[in-house]
Amino acid sequence: MENIISVSNLKKSFKNLEVLKGVSFDIKKGSIFALLGSNGAGKTTAVRILATLSKPNSGSAAICGYDVVKQADEVRGCISLTGQFAAVDESLTGRENLQLIGKLRRLPNTNQRADELLAAFDLEDSAKRLAKTYSGGMRRRLDIAMSLMGSEKERQVIFLDEPTTGLDPQNRIAMWEMVKNLATDGATVFLTTQYLEEAEYLADKIAILHEGKIIAEGTLDELRKIYPPAKKEYVEIQPTLEEIFLKIVGCDVPGAPQSAKESE
Amino acid sequence: MQVISNSYTMFKRCLTTSLRNPETIGTAIFIPAIVMWLFGILFGNVMDVGDYNYIDFIVPGIILQTVAQAVTAAAIGVNNDMQKGIIDRFRSMDISKSSVLTGHVLSAIVRNMIATIVVIGVAFAIGFRPQAGFLDWLIIAGVLILYMLAITWIAVICGLIAKTPESAGTMPFLLFVLPYISSGFVPVETMPKALKWFAENQPMTPIIDTLRALMLNQPLGNNLLLSLVWSAGIIAVAFTIAVQIYKNKTS
Repeated sequence: MENIISVSNLKKSFKNLEVLKGVSFDIKKGSIFALLGSNGAGKTTAVRILATLSKPNSGSAAICGYDVVKQADEVRGCISLTGQFAAVDESLTGRENLQLIGKLRRLPNTNQRADELLAAFDLEDSAKRLAKTYSGGMRRRLDIAMSLMGSEKERQVIFLDEPTTGLDPQNRIAMWEMVKNLATDGATVFLTTQYLEEAEYLADKIAILHEGKIIAEGTLDELRKIYPPAKKEYVEIQPTLEEIFLKIVGCDVPGAPQSAKESE
Repeated sequence: MQVISNSYTMFKRCLTTSLRNPETIGTAIFIPAIVMWLFGILFGNVMDVGDYNYIDFIVPGIILQTVAQAVTAAAIGVNNDMQKGIIDRFRSMDISKSSVLTGHVLSAIVRNMIATIVVIGVAFAIGFRPQAGFLDWLIIAGVLILYMLAITWIAVICGLIAKTPESAGTMPFLLFVLPYISSGFVPVETMPKALKWFAENQPMTPIIDTLRALMLNQPLGNNLLLSLVWSAGIIAVAFTIAVQIYKNKTS
C-alpha cells in the first residue's frame, strides 16, 4: 500500500521553545495512525502543520502527494480536520452547522448528506437545537460530523486531535467504533491521543512523540517485540472501574476492549 | 465563482446568527437615538446653526454614529471567530480566504441599514423634516452603503487585532466620537484652529455635508465626489490590510 502522508525531519519552534525537533514518519493509505504523547509533547503542533494551519521551520511533509507548505490549497482539498477544541458555530443549529460546511465545499447533495450524518452520529433528535445547548459529547460528535461533510476526496485523510479527551466512557467507546468505521470505509485516520489504550485498540501504527521527537514507531506487535517481553504471572483479574460503570449503566458495547486483553 | 459562492454562504451564516442576537441592532438604534434626543431636544433651542433647525442639522452626524455603533458587532463577531476553533476548520478547508471576513461585512451592512432606517424614523418622530426627493434618497443610500462598507472593513481589522471580543467591541468607539469633530454637530467655522483643521480634512465632513445637502435641498459642491473617493479609498486600503492580517495568522 502506498504512503498517503510522508513527514520528513519536521522542525518547529515558537520563539526559543523547540516543540518539534526533527519528526519523521509515513502513513499508509487507509490505515489508522496514532500519535501518542503526553500533554505538551508536540502532538497538536504536528497536526496543525499537516493541516496547513502552521508552517514548519524546516523539514517537509506531503499529503496525497502535495507539499503542505507550497501546495497548501491542494492539501486542504483532500483533508478534514477536527481540532482539539470543538469547531462548531454555537449560534447555529446542528443541521445548520452541517449545511454550512456542505455549502462552503459546494457539495451537490448537502441536505441528504447532512441527514445521513445526523443519523450516523445520533444527532437527529437535536438537529434543530442550537449547538450552544449541546453537551460536550454531542458537540464533539457534531464536530466530527462536520469534518465528514465533504466529498470522498475531501475526506481521504481525517485528522482527529484528541477526539476522546473530555468524553465519558460510553461516548469514548462509541467514538472508537466510529473511527474504526471511517478506516473501513477507506479513509486514512490520523489520530492524536494521550490514552494508551486508545492507541492500542484503534491504531494500525503507533508513533510515540516525546519531547519533540518520535522515540518509538511501529505496529503494536512490533512495539511489543522491541520492549521488555511480557512476564507470565498468575493474576486474578479484577474488573476495572470502567467495566463496573458500564455494567451498572447497562451499556455493553460490542467490540469494546476486554480487560483480559489489557493485562497481557 | 468560488469567492462569490463562499462569501454568500458566510453572509447567510453571519446574518442568521445576528438575527438570533437582535440586541446588537437594538444597541445600534438606542444609543444614537438617545444622543439625537439629547442634542436635538435638550440642547436644540440654544444651538445656533444659522438657517437650519438644529435637529435637521444633526441627523447626518447621528447617522454616522449609528453606523459606528452598528459595526461594533462586526468587530466582535470577527474576533469571536478568531478566538474559537471554527476558524481553524475554515482555514483547513479549500475555500476562499476573504469569504470568512466578507460574510461578516455583508451581514454588518444589513444590520447597519436596518439601524439607520429606524434611526431616521425616530428622527422624523422628534421633528426632523427632510426635503429630499426620491432620487436624493437613492443617492443618500448609495453614499451611506459605501461609507458603511468602509467603516465595516475598519471594524474587521479591529476584530482581527484585538486580543478579546471585549476590546474588539470598544475599539470602534473612536468612530463614534469622530463625528463630533466634523461638521456633524457644530459648524466647522466655530471650532478652535487645530480642531477646525482636522474637521475640515477628515472624511466624515464631506460625507455629512453631502447627506445634509441632499436631505435639506442645499447645493452639493464637490462634497459628493469627495465622499465617494474617501469611502472607496478606505475600502481598498482596509480590505487589503484585513485580508493580509487574516492570511498572516496562518504562520
